[in-house]
Amino acid sequence: MHELSIAHNLIQIASAAAHEEGISRVTAVHLKLGALSGVVKDALLFGYDIAAEGTVLEGSKLVIEEIPVIVNCPNCGQVELPNIQRFRCPNCDAITPEMIHGKELEISALEYEEDDPGGVESPPLIKAEEVKE
Amino acid sequence: MTQLLKIQQGVLSKNDLLAQGLRGRFREAGVFVTNWVSSPGSGKTALLETTMRQLTDRGHKVAALVGDLATENDAQRLKRSGAEVRQIVTAGTCHLEADMIERHLEGWEVDQFDFLFIENVGNLVCPSSYDLGEDLRIVLLSVTEGEDKPLKYPPMFHSADLAVITKIDLAEAVEFDRSAAYENIKAVGPQLRILETSAKRGTGLDDWIDYLLQAKAGTV
Repeated sequence: MHELSIAHNLIQIASAAAHEEGISRVTAVHLKLGALSGVVKDALLFGYDIAAEGTVLEGSKLVIEEIPVIVNCPNCGQVELPNIQRFRCPNCDAITPEMIHGKELEISALEYEEDDPGGVESPPLIKAEEVKE
Repeated sequence: MTQLLKIQQGVLSKNDLLAQGLRGRFREAGVFVTNWVSSPGSGKTALLETTMRQLTDRGHKVAALVGDLATENDAQRLKRSGAEVRQIVTAGTCHLEADMIERHLEGWEVDQFDFLFIENVGNLVCPSSYDLGEDLRIVLLSVTEGEDKPLKYPPMFHSADLAVITKIDLAEAVEFDRSAAYENIKAVGPQLRILETSAKRGTGLDDWIDYLLQAKAGTV
């Protein structure tokens, strides 16, 4: 199982991105996971919570978008494979070695909460005209 | 208020970047690099041992990096061929990563080698995700394992360039169904070239060595 080490990489990248943007509270990380990435979704979800502990991502949710295998069929163009055991076009049975999607293992977005100033009302703005008067 | 920050970054981008660097370095040095993956006990070390010996006999300089969770047994065994061998003990990690390769190359002048063999940790799952900068990924499948292995581990078989069916001398004894094995390999990896070998009996070794030499020359 290498999902824990994948989860650590994921947390590192997300934390660095959050830090760069000055984000202090990440609520969710969105990940694209291809059917042929070699990574097991449930194991990754499990590893994520462990890897997130003690980081800016602790308590955040990992939202996984599963990407099916899309191949380029020489006859039919882009088609989705119903499973990853057979690289043949589901319509015409042509061999389809050329893969367009399905190996993804990439972070697509971070969800975060904007810091709430804590309910303190901002001082009213004084208009320039008022100052003159 | 919830906000969305769009980023687009591969989770293994650090490894991929390192692997790209290694690939450039290997190209420049003129060394042909293969990454061997399989389940444990498929005969990687046996085939590697005879391959290194045969290539050495033909005047090629060869080296190997051998990954295992624990022990240096494989490296000790391979050193008998007289080639340069280093063991990578991963201490529990189930696959090799590009930075492990980089670290274990230290002190070697890679441009003195013609071939560098990387024997990955025996595991048909995890190593598929990690590029090591290799020219060729070779997946081994022994006849004793069952013909449906490719269907059980599609990411690994799909990511490989060549499939070697090993222990072919035992095919009859274990009633190996050759056509089913070929069909399953081709179903998952239509691009895969298939070779058969027996390291013990020498079957198929000439074709295998020729293939490696041609692959290095860029003629396959």
